[in-house]
Amino acid sequence: MALPGFLQRERIVARPGFNRWLIPPAALAVHLCIGQAYATSVYKASLVTHFDTTLTAIGIIFSIAIVMLGLSAALFGTWVDRNGPRAAMFTSAVFWVSGFLVGGLGIETRQLWLVYLGYGVIGGIGLGIGYISPVSTLIKWFPDRPGLATGMAIMGFGGGALVASPLSRQLMSWYDPAYDPSVAGTTPNGDAVAALFFTLAALYAVFMMFGAFIVRVPADDWKPAGFDPASVKKKALVTTENVSANNAIKTPQFWLLWTVLFCNVTAGIGILEQAAPMIQDFFRTGETSTVAAATAAGFVGLLSLFNMAGRFAWSTTSDFIGRKPIYMVYLGVGIILYVILALFGSSATWVFVLTAAIIISFYGGGFATVPAYLRDLFGTYQVGAIHGRLLTAWAAAGVAGPLIVNGVLDTQGTPGQLVAANYRPALFIMVGLLAVGFVANLLIKPVAEKFWEPKAVTPATARADAERSPVR
Amino acid sequence: MSHTSSDHHGQRSTTPVAFIAFAWTLVGVPLAYGLYNTVKAAGALFGG
Repeated sequence: MALPGFLQRERIVARPGFNRWLIPPAALAVHLCIGQAYATSVYKASLVTHFDTTLTAIGIIFSIAIVMLGLSAALFGTWVDRNGPRAAMFTSAVFWVSGFLVGGLGIETRQLWLVYLGYGVIGGIGLGIGYISPVSTLIKWFPDRPGLATGMAIMGFGGGALVASPLSRQLMSWYDPAYDPSVAGTTPNGDAVAALFFTLAALYAVFMMFGAFIVRVPADDWKPAGFDPASVKKKALVTTENVSANNAIKTPQFWLLWTVLFCNVTAGIGILEQAAPMIQDFFRTGETSTVAAATAAGFVGLLSLFNMAGRFAWSTTSDFIGRKPIYMVYLGVGIILYVILALFGSSATWVFVLTAAIIISFYGGGFATVPAYLRDLFGTYQVGAIHGRLLTAWAAAGVAGPLIVNGVLDTQGTPGQLVAANYRPALFIMVGLLAVGFVANLLIKPVAEKFWEPKAVTPATARADAERSPVR
Repeated sequence: MSHTSSDHHGQRSTTPVAFIAFAWTLVGVPLAYGLYNTVKAAGALFGG
């Protein structure tokens, strides 16, 4: 089906003199909105009461959305690359906003299946398309600093939850005057949550459409002032060739990187999922913990900050030290930190907090650096589509991480009575996973020539290559 | 009002600096709001 003219890639090719620093805010406008997915806990308890159901039944809404994120990113990645970022951001906005509207309707009419369909399925598709929509465009605009560029956008996804959490509490307190976010234990009523969904739909529609309408793709022969592509090629693993998405998944490099991402994310989720009870359990004596609930909530906030900061800081660092070395840091130092956490985490609060915060910064960094790693290995030709397929590792880790931690803890005792030692088996499983990821990263070598696209397929590359020295 | 950098053809930027500033402000303000609230919440960790 042909796209309307205003969405077509040809219509958004930047004119000479376009300033590329307009692209990161376009990407952030989308990622800040879809990052709301990590702020669903603010209304979880309200929905349990409203639908008179279990926490698990409400938790499924988020799970469906994350699974749909992985599936849609994998399925629509090629479409996104072919049609460009405006079509992708526009489509993402339509799905994400519709998801809120249908979900809000489900809450209003007390039809939980409508919330599954709306926020979970429809919104989840918007999440997947939105997550990958600016990635290849940013890499093309910032060939000199791809880690910085994708770090900025993917930082926005982490930041989206930081924005949505306090905003949602504030809005719900206006819609339900009986609800006071500063008083522990109070929850807003269902109507307030429905009104929140409709409000967020309107806000996100404006923001995401703004991103869609300011985004541009560079002309084929564009490059930043003073940028010499030959200087990039000097780094190990970096190619100036291109590999299609269909060929990429046939390479060992893709699956090694899939393993790296899966291990890094699983290890991070292990802590994120359990953050609040974990810090209390680590400092528990008998029935009581020296860490209060409010302090535990502060710990969760601190982890969110490190998650977001790690996305930007580590991804930017990877532009200087290289992608493979930075993953050696994430995974290698991560192993040491997990061992410290398991053995000495309960010795002092600062040891626990500092160790966990750095681990979470590596978790965020792993997400943000992976598009640039893909660019290094497979080129820019279909990097968005390849990234989309790689995100299935995220979906898999989203299932595996909590399963490992919860599964182990279930064998160790009752929630509310666990202590630091009960976490050790789960933490050492994470150490093992990180070791697997470390080895997988070490095994990554440049992609074999047989997977490269013929030069004619990517005229921009062909033209660029003609200006510089041979690649091999 | 224009940005002063040039592309590889030596052309001056045609994107108004004010528009770039507006776009960054639009995404920066909510992000700053979120950061402020999170730092405030994290303050409890340090006895705040």
